[in-house]
Amino acid sequence: MEIPAAKDPIQALRDSLDDAVLHVKEFRGETTIVVQPERLLETLDFCRVSAGLVYNMLSDVSAVDYYPNDYGDRFDGEDSDYRPERYGVCYHILSMLYNRRLRVKTFAAEAAPVVPSATAVWPAANWLEREIADMMGIAFAGHPDQRRLLMPEDWHGHPHRRDYPLGKETVAFSFNEEDIRKHKPFAKRQF
Amino acid sequence: MVAATQTIEEQRKWEGSLEQLEGLVSERALTGETMLLNMGPHHPSTHGVLRLLLELDGEEIVSCLPDIGFLHTGIEKSIEDKSYEKAVPLTDRMDYLSPMSNNMAFASAVEKLLDLDVPERGQIIRVICLELARCASHLVWLGTHAIDMGAMSVLLYAFRERERILGMFEMLSGQRMMSSYIRPGGVWRDVPDDFIPTLKQFLHDFPAKVDDYEALLTQNPIWQDRAQGVGVIEPDLALAYGMTGPALRGSGVNWDLRKAQPYSGYETYEFNVPLGEHGDVYDRYLIRVQEFRESMKILNQALSRLERVKGPFRSENRKYCPPLRSELGQSMEAVIHHFKLWTYGYDAPDDEIYHAIESPRGEIGCYIHGTGANKPRRVHFKTPSFMHISALPVMSKGYLLADMVAIIGSVDIVLGDCDR
Repeated sequence: MEIPAAKDPIQALRDSLDDAVLHVKEFRGETTIVVQPERLLETLDFCRVSAGLVYNMLSDVSAVDYYPNDYGDRFDGEDSDYRPERYGVCYHILSMLYNRRLRVKTFAAEAAPVVPSATAVWPAANWLEREIADMMGIAFAGHPDQRRLLMPEDWHGHPHRRDYPLGKETVAFSFNEEDIRKHKPFAKRQF
Repeated sequence: MVAATQTIEEQRKWEGSLEQLEGLVSERALTGETMLLNMGPHHPSTHGVLRLLLELDGEEIVSCLPDIGFLHTGIEKSIEDKSYEKAVPLTDRMDYLSPMSNNMAFASAVEKLLDLDVPERGQIIRVICLELARCASHLVWLGTHAIDMGAMSVLLYAFRERERILGMFEMLSGQRMMSSYIRPGGVWRDVPDDFIPTLKQFLHDFPAKVDDYEALLTQNPIWQDRAQGVGVIEPDLALAYGMTGPALRGSGVNWDLRKAQPYSGYETYEFNVPLGEHGDVYDRYLIRVQEFRESMKILNQALSRLERVKGPFRSENRKYCPPLRSELGQSMEAVIHHFKLWTYGYDAPDDEIYHAIESPRGEIGCYIHGTGANKPRRVHFKTPSFMHISALPVMSKGYLLADMVAIIGSVDIVLGDCDR
């Protein structure tokens, strides 16, 4: 079987999904493309299926919080300063055929961070996105499983946000265990 | 696409009721026709603290909901408050069966972020450490996997050999397990004099021991009965669920980051990547056993290089790597660099990188976003155990409850790696 020649992902995306790509960045040999959240699924699916790209595997989904004030209108042409919103979500995709990686990044607003879920494109995104929803508090629209993943389901707050301090949890000792337990809804559990 | 209107608080109204499992378990579980059974978090075959909510029809698994987070230690959050060098000991504690691989993932990611070089001798020592860690990790996997399936004695043999590897790690770093030996820029110190003879003796003895394990298991009819045709996952599905490492190669996908995207000079070593055919528990077992032999090949080549290549074992870039102790008494600059490195650390660019290496379990990736100062903005580890546990429901569907134990064992999960 003949393998089609590798295409430049940026050019291919610009040709086919013209206004989806907002920004392109190169750093240490890694390419990052920033897309609008509404066009994210379209972009990921395009990267996965189109000939010459075939990013067939989702390596990682990670989120970054640009709190406190280095997001918004600071963009002065420097690649790394392109931070239109507080939260960034990075999809690291890998093409085994052409042996290269690509980072597709999208931004979510501070007030109500929502990003579409890529679970339909890659089932692997399921837990990776659940972890981000749990730890960073970014909602994934259309995600099939909205439970918390790592933290207890009655936990308040999202620990990986930059405004969430380290060491917030009260440690349970015998003298305060009752008091802590009062705030936990374990009595309601049925299974 | 679903309209993006719900905020995270609206989505999160969890009360732990059975109705909220709707869509996650089958309809029959809600009427009580099938049974919901908790396996873990204290079940010994879950290799740590993994809780599985199994839906059973008789003995057959209808669906499986893994519940993780019992070993969540906030390592990623803690690293945000540490300088890069001081974060290395935390990475040891993720995948506690192969801490060297975690060190390597983090150290090489930091090197990529800083654009820092590693001298050749440092790379060779790293390869030796990584392959020894692979053997040590596979030995624990072999022993525990066998004892899960009823073969008691393999555990004792496997731990006997692992003890020798841990002894060698102690020689190198002063620590048996949490070694923090591989650091950004190279390794902590050069190998001690008695390390090379010890490693040579180990390389001489070990292949015969691997034959012993194979004699106990490979042709054993009980082992074959328990392992063959169990936990089958198709290559397409394995890729879609992000499986990597021996679990992916068991399904016949030829993907090893040591070959595909070589790091630390792996492209210069000769070794094979064993592949499976059926994607079942038995193939994953065979691959790991063959990887012992491939690791031996790499170790032999690395050892002969180590004796030949002299020179620095960590980068000479004093802005990022501490000077040798012998320099401290003679050079004022060395003292300044030393002081600066151990108090403030060093600045890294305000930008992001992702670097992945092949750990014994699969691809362990490290995403670092710097701040321009000495602490990272965000560090995220993509760990193989995390992906493999998320694929457990697909692998276990339709098999018997007793097979669940074999399937968990065959993907070689470490919960510290999963929960971080």
